Amino acid sequence: MATPTTSAPAPVKRSNEPFFWLLFSSGGTLAALLFPALAAILLVASPLGWVSLPPHGELLAGLGNPLVRVALWVLVALSLFHWAHRFRFTLYDGLQLQHLWGLIATVCYGGAAVLSLVAAWVLATMG
Amino acid sequence: MRASYELYRPRWYRRRMPIFWWLRKGSYVWFITRELTSLAVGYTAAMMVAAVWALGRGEAAWAGFTGALASPLVVAFHALVLAVLLFHTLTWLHLAPKAMVVRLGARRVPDGAILVGHYLGWAAASALVAWALLGG
Repeated sequence: MATPTTSAPAPVKRSNEPFFWLLFSSGGTLAALLFPALAAILLVASPLGWVSLPPHGELLAGLGNPLVRVALWVLVALSLFHWAHRFRFTLYDGLQLQHLWGLIATVCYGGAAVLSLVAAWVLATMG
Repeated sequence: MRASYELYRPRWYRRRMPIFWWLRKGSYVWFITRELTSLAVGYTAAMMVAAVWALGRGEAAWAGFTGALASPLVVAFHALVLAVLLFHTLTWLHLAPKAMVVRLGARRVPDGAILVGHYLGWAAASALVAWALLGG
């Protein structure tokens, strides 16, 4: 058997930017489709008395379905990473803070990760 | 733009940009407003976590949470949040025809059709949310 003559290609420096961009774009799409209706009902129409939410027990029972909890967590976590990615670049470009590259990235993605974990804990231990 | 040490690198030429460069032109203000919609998205996600938390703590905690939401100042703030969320949705949907090129056979599906499809998707998703929260 002939020994391979070609050596392994030089390692390509991989960027983790596409990964965060994917979270940003899927979170942006989910938030665009679902958040206006959610906010309109929960944060505006119901407090103003325009619509009435089901009683506490019924809402809790709805969240008893594990699929609903998982879907809610995915929505929350992706939206948070959408915020992290977009706000990170708003700070860099808007406020000319490119020199704080590492710090801003850590605070944004770290904040989204921590709140996603909190959401997972809340959803897993409720009721 | 990460600065790193390089041997014999010439000095960079960097024009100093004022911090409020984006107030100079209407299109810049539009751009930064669009980017800042992420704050409303993050806030709404955090509020949903808070709502689920209050729901899980029991009936009294839930009553306290919804009571706090009904204060006039909070409602006014949330109306602003809703307006920003709508701005996010509109700008996001209108980006879709530019981001995706769909072909049927040899012909490219026109931008308007893709846009209408996305609006229909938004309507369906909103109806689903309303049904899940109110109609179940």
